[in-house]
Amino acid sequence: MTTSTTENTAPVVLEVDGLKTYFETRWGTVKAVDGVSFNLRRGETLGIVGESGSGKSVTMLSLMRLIPEPPGRIVDGQILLEGQDLVQMNDKEMSEIRGSQIALIIQDPMTSLNPVFSIGNQVGEAIKIHQDIPKRTVVQQVLNVLRKVNIPAAETRVRDYPHQMSGGMRQRVVGAIGISCEPIVLIADEPTTSLDVTIQAQYLKLLKELQEASNIGLIFITHDFGIVAKMCDRVAVMYAGRIVEMGDVRDIFNHPSHPYTEALLASVPKLEEDVDRLYSIEGQPPTLHDLPTGCPFAPRCQYVMDKCLETYPLQFDVTDSHYAACWRLE
Amino acid sequence: MQRYLLRRILLAMVTLLAVSLIIFVMSRAAGDPRHVYLDDYSTQEDWDRLTATLGLDKPYYQQYGIFLGSALRGDFGQSIKEGRPSMEVIVERIPATLQLGLAAFAFSVIVGVPLGILSAVKRGSFLDMAGKVVALVGQSAPVFWLGLMLVFLFAVRWNDWFGDSLVPPYGRQEISSIILPAVTLGWFYAAANLRLLRSAMLNVLDSEYVKLARAKGVSNNIVIWKHSLRNALIPVLTFAGITLGSLVTGSLVVETVFAWPGLGQLAIQALAGNDYPLLQAVVIVFTLMYVAAALSVDIMYAYIDPRIRYS
Repeated sequence: MTTSTTENTAPVVLEVDGLKTYFETRWGTVKAVDGVSFNLRRGETLGIVGESGSGKSVTMLSLMRLIPEPPGRIVDGQILLEGQDLVQMNDKEMSEIRGSQIALIIQDPMTSLNPVFSIGNQVGEAIKIHQDIPKRTVVQQVLNVLRKVNIPAAETRVRDYPHQMSGGMRQRVVGAIGISCEPIVLIADEPTTSLDVTIQAQYLKLLKELQEASNIGLIFITHDFGIVAKMCDRVAVMYAGRIVEMGDVRDIFNHPSHPYTEALLASVPKLEEDVDRLYSIEGQPPTLHDLPTGCPFAPRCQYVMDKCLETYPLQFDVTDSHYAACWRLE
Repeated sequence: MQRYLLRRILLAMVTLLAVSLIIFVMSRAAGDPRHVYLDDYSTQEDWDRLTATLGLDKPYYQQYGIFLGSALRGDFGQSIKEGRPSMEVIVERIPATLQLGLAAFAFSVIVGVPLGILSAVKRGSFLDMAGKVVALVGQSAPVFWLGLMLVFLFAVRWNDWFGDSLVPPYGRQEISSIILPAVTLGWFYAAANLRLLRSAMLNVLDSEYVKLARAKGVSNNIVIWKHSLRNALIPVLTFAGITLGSLVTGSLVVETVFAWPGLGQLAIQALAGNDYPLLQAVVIVFTLMYVAAALSVDIMYAYIDPRIRYS
């Protein structure tokens, strides 16, 4: 874990303000992301955690402007990447930014590579799109980037097809595609869920090294607090489409201030404790097309008060760099 | 790649050999050809002479050897009805059948593939609806009815509007004669291509690798025509193997409806006239064309999908 004191002075590269992404469905409007704001500094790693359906993946897709429209739509908010608002951009401008300035590493290495094109072709494609350079230079850059992600014998591996590679290797290729154009912001959407733990550790280490080498702002989407502790400087906890708590990793781990964060941390099994039953949060996440008026976590919360059922809680500062949306902090 | 090809070619040869054996056995089982050649007034000497000419006095394995040997030389014996070598009769008919089959295949691809892609990409649009109608008609209308309806509409009913019949209703005299039979024959396959490609495209467009391609900054057109289509074509190609095979071997129904002088018609004539040598030859030629079509699709397959090339 890096200390956040030196990071805080780095320039902000990504500023998300009041982002709302809704989906029109048969059952009504699903507010998948409902007013999310955060910023990201150069070289910083921000973790976004939450259950399935909390809106973390839709947030990520919104940042890439890859929400399928219709049924989805970014209805409000700003996504400022080095000052330019991605929400206002047209398709053409956006495809120039995608992959070159803001890049994505998808979660499943087994399905995220196209089976009919060679590795070299798929890594080179991003480079070819975003940089106007001769073919030989592209080949050279592909080899460089494959070496960067520690793919052995890159010269021969470029001609391989995805089915000839192992899961760990494929994930590295996906990572190589992510960093191939030296993006400012890299979004990693649960990049290690389908890898076994040793490969996972290797890959995370590699990702961290790559980030430090090029000073990339990294957004790490996961539901694994172990990974958050290892990788992130700051963490945002999402619930029902909003950020309910955000702060430095240590603050969150030591003083979780939102009952949901507390419950999430309590459900991480600890090696040193001998328990018969694993802790789990009672109840189900709310359905996003029919949210209660008050705090969406209230029905599952052990500290629930009358006020919680009536009005959505405001954000209260715990410290300068740590806030939570919970009436208990009032 | 070479090993893959070699294995495909060997398999094709095995298929041909197996079919030749089946034909041989079936033709022996179908009845005694001597009864076709001879009548009640023939003598025992005629019978014996014919037995010797046809080689029926030899043991079966030897008969098969002779059959196979002459088949390899293209000799399938004299057509009973035409009184000339069966192969000669067939060769005359091949161009017509190939022409019709390829035209129908082209129609099925030209209509089915773009409509399939577009109805997936613009799902729920007017185009998608139009595609559904094309597919519904193609897959549910019986070929003989479709053929007659097309003749009725384009060569009879609407003649007043156009001054004359738009296209010839039957025969093979003019170039435009091919239009109606090709559409009739190809429509079913166009519909099948459309539906196969539409569902394959929908699957592929929803895949993680398409998401990643978009995340790389690949433009929408290239995502569709390069990344998605090549994957979605795999099931279509599998089907095309069967399609092409059955199209180039002619259609019994369509050739009959449109009086198209092809192999399908010939097969029916041979069957109706108990013309065994001719029928055998037709079946062998059908098999040959079918196998050739399947082989060419297998080669295409390997070209498109590396997983096949390397396994």
